[in-house]
Amino acid sequence: MTLTERMTRTGGPATAPPSAATKRRRAAETRAGYAFLAPWLLGFFALTAGPMLASLFLAFTNYNLFAPPSWVGLGNFQTLLHDPRFAQSVKVTVAYVLVGTPVKLIAALAVAMLLNNRRRGQGLYRSAFYAPSLIGASVSIAIVWKAMFIDRGIVDQIGQFFGIGWGGWVGNPTMTMPMFILLTAWQFGAPMVIFLAGLKQVPAELYEAASVDGAGPVRKFLMITLPMISPVLFFNLLLETIHAFQIFASAFIISGGTGGPAGSTLFYTLYLYLRGFQDFRMGYAAAMAWLLVVVVGIITLIFFRSSRSWVYYRGEAE
Amino acid sequence: MTIANVAVGTEEHSATLRRRRIRSVLFHTFVLAVTAVVLYPALWMFMSSLKPTSDIVGNVSLLPENASLDNFFKALEGIGGVSFWTFFWNSMILAVLSVVGIALSSSVTAYAFARIDFPGRRVWFALMIGTLLLPFHVVIIPQYIIFNNLGLVNTFVPLLIGKFLAAEAFFVFLMVQFMRNLPRELDEAARIDGAGHVRIFTAIMLPLMKPALATASIFAFIWNWNDFLGPLLYLKDPDRYTLPIALRLFVDQTSTSDYGAQMAMAVLALIPVLLFFMVFQRYLVGGVATTGLKG
Repeated sequence: MTLTERMTRTGGPATAPPSAATKRRRAAETRAGYAFLAPWLLGFFALTAGPMLASLFLAFTNYNLFAPPSWVGLGNFQTLLHDPRFAQSVKVTVAYVLVGTPVKLIAALAVAMLLNNRRRGQGLYRSAFYAPSLIGASVSIAIVWKAMFIDRGIVDQIGQFFGIGWGGWVGNPTMTMPMFILLTAWQFGAPMVIFLAGLKQVPAELYEAASVDGAGPVRKFLMITLPMISPVLFFNLLLETIHAFQIFASAFIISGGTGGPAGSTLFYTLYLYLRGFQDFRMGYAAAMAWLLVVVVGIITLIFFRSSRSWVYYRGEAE
Repeated sequence: MTIANVAVGTEEHSATLRRRRIRSVLFHTFVLAVTAVVLYPALWMFMSSLKPTSDIVGNVSLLPENASLDNFFKALEGIGGVSFWTFFWNSMILAVLSVVGIALSSSVTAYAFARIDFPGRRVWFALMIGTLLLPFHVVIIPQYIIFNNLGLVNTFVPLLIGKFLAAEAFFVFLMVQFMRNLPRELDEAARIDGAGHVRIFTAIMLPLMKPALATASIFAFIWNWNDFLGPLLYLKDPDRYTLPIALRLFVDQTSTSDYGAQMAMAVLALIPVLLFFMVFQRYLVGGVATTGLKG
């Protein structure tokens, strides 16, 4: 179910001392292996590894696509430190990741637990709740979201009905973040499906035994449910966090490609795009991209390291 | 539990029945409330696409008072002399070719990882998993520079080449997971009969992999249909635009006022995705649940 488990499973069986025939067979296996892997290897070097190195090089240069890159050392990174728009983009993105991801996952877990109680009609609800995850990042939904949150739009009207004068959220710098958090929370379906799969694996005997011992629902949740689904919780948390850092299309559409109002929707990747492809400051954008890779890498590492103390795999305990 | 049931008297029995009924009512109220919240934006989009803009802004009612298809006619006219159907076909060509490329390249790659023993496999597999977590923004700038130098900007090549080279690790991973659950005895039997890897892959694995191929194809279609950043970077002429990019142009051009037409175009752009979802939702949701990966 998890990446760590899967990654360790790749190991082949231990090898015996080779005879001439097995040696020949193994050479044939190697040839076949690399033949089948060839398209991926080509893509990996030409489209991922190579560009990553190129990006690392560009991060230390000024490059505008028209003149050859000129070496500036740490210049781009020094400029980043004093760039208020960069600081703003970090602030916006971190706020979005720190609030949006937990909100989305709590909604996902709550609905998954609700659905897990009943078998009847579960499939239908599961599909209906999953649908927003498929279309949530599309341009269409971004346009719908914007139209719902404009001045005198439907959300404004609902607010007025309850006597809350929050007006349109799109033009209000303090309300744009809640709007994006609602948009990501609306897509709780994908992690919910994964939570549901995890909840189904929890043995019912555990709950029965806990009931006999007089445990209430809160205790059961904390002592049984959470530890038993910790692998899927880990998985969801890692993937949703990494994804949240990369929000782009919705921010681009809702802010009209500006990150406004007042920089309140200037998400990291949007600023990267504007720097790279609107100002053609590609070295600067490459520096930003590499910073993102390093930050996401560190977060992934922390997740995997910390998982040893809070993620429980049933297979290991036996 | 069964022993307890036998032991309870009729009074207690009716009490548990009543409690069960209350819980059932509570459950359905709750779930229906969640359903309403989840479906509301989509419903609102459909309803708004049938209304004139003046009825969308400053109006709470969901149902259109004077429903008309005017917005759709306006959306179908297209933008700047380019017809809606041009955008539609561009999207369709890209999405279908992406599906073909991903199904081919990912299954071949997955076979190498799941079924062939060769030195270096663990390292390559770990790297493949690494690209799954890599923010792809780090490669878009050099990729753009390369494709620009090759004169391939404003063509579909940059958007498709990665699909034919299994660059999207999600799909490789999905198929590796599926292939590992197929019995090894099948390969071994075929081996004894003298079949090589190519035979085993095409004659045994591919037919058995239909469910995984279906799941991958549906995801590939929907994601590529919705893709925004790729076409935004590489497609420059409006007659090459895909629907999401055209939609953005449409929003920019109609200023902020014509929400009705925007909703109609948003609906039109989502229809293929929604049709796919309704027909294949079992594959999709099942695929997410079994691979543990998400959309």
